[in-house]
Amino acid sequence: MNMVKAPESIRTSGLGSCVGLVLYDQETKKAGLLHVMLPDSGISKSEPFNHAKFADTGVDELIKKLAQEGVSVRRLKAKMAGGAQMFQFNMMRDTMRIGPRNVEAVKFQLNQFKIPLIAEDVGGNSGRTIEFDPETSKLHVRTVNQGEKVI
Amino acid sequence: MGFETNIKPYHLDVLKEIGNIGAGHAATALSTLLGKAVDMQVPNVKVVSFNDIMDMAGGSDEVVVSVFLRIEGEMTGSMFFILSLRQAERFIRSLTKDEDFSFKCPPFSEVGLSAMQEMGNILSGSYLSSLSDFTNLNLYPSVPALSIDMVGAIISYGLIEVSQVSDYAIVIDTAFIDSEDFDGEGINGQFFLLPDPESFIVLFKSLGVE
Repeated sequence: MNMVKAPESIRTSGLGSCVGLVLYDQETKKAGLLHVMLPDSGISKSEPFNHAKFADTGVDELIKKLAQEGVSVRRLKAKMAGGAQMFQFNMMRDTMRIGPRNVEAVKFQLNQFKIPLIAEDVGGNSGRTIEFDPETSKLHVRTVNQGEKVI
Repeated sequence: MGFETNIKPYHLDVLKEIGNIGAGHAATALSTLLGKAVDMQVPNVKVVSFNDIMDMAGGSDEVVVSVFLRIEGEMTGSMFFILSLRQAERFIRSLTKDEDFSFKCPPFSEVGLSAMQEMGNILSGSYLSSLSDFTNLNLYPSVPALSIDMVGAIISYGLIEVSQVSDYAIVIDTAFIDSEDFDGEGINGQFFLLPDPESFIVLFKSLGVE
């Protein structure tokens, strides 16, 4: 979980089934990036656990951190990328369908906090490296085979 | 903190021996397959953060060729066989006798990719069958999946189980070296064995270590 203010940008690389969620405020040009590995902290088997790993606890914590920076939740907008299904296996348990579940869980959280999701690039079966520029509110998404796109 | 706090130095030595035997068999298989000598490094067993695992494989952003399989049975976990693009190209060219094979522009030749997948299959199969013989555990590997993508995207798949328990994983990393590679990139290929957290007890028990 990282915070940024223009003119600096923020990035995370090699997202597979993980989801990179950016919450940003266009006016103050501040943003926060969350790297979600798992959908729900209910499946955590350790105590205490790392809040930033899970969609439910992570979104909540990112909003709190942005509030500390003086950004109200009402001004926040969201963009996200990731949640790919890197491999397909028949014998896999449900835990292996983790990419789509991460995406669903993040959307559920955004809905709870009434944060509009402006753009997304999710699913598929390739890894992504993302970079967000708070100045322009653009999210750059790079994949190995499809080059770079801007959402 | 999670399960890794109970791991003692002698446990790591046991895991090192597992890596040694498994990758030793795989290196022999590779040597037979390519008809030339293949050297192996002393296995590296570490308790590492997720970011450090990515760095061990060349960095989260690095594009690699990987063959991944899940291990089910009495012990569960993930296994990766990772090659740099350049090394994978060389192996594929040598196996298929197709000197034009390249990872520069997709789509890649089906025959080349199939050869790569089969190679991963043979090597991880010999690693796992020696592990199974050594521990007397029944292991059922999945069909291997080939992927050409970023290290972070690939390896994080093997971390799904462990990430529910901890922010650290234990990785058994063995590198091998193509002895005819004189342009000196050093490490040419790597095996990563990532047992699921609850499998360490099974693994140690099978070898008589508490």
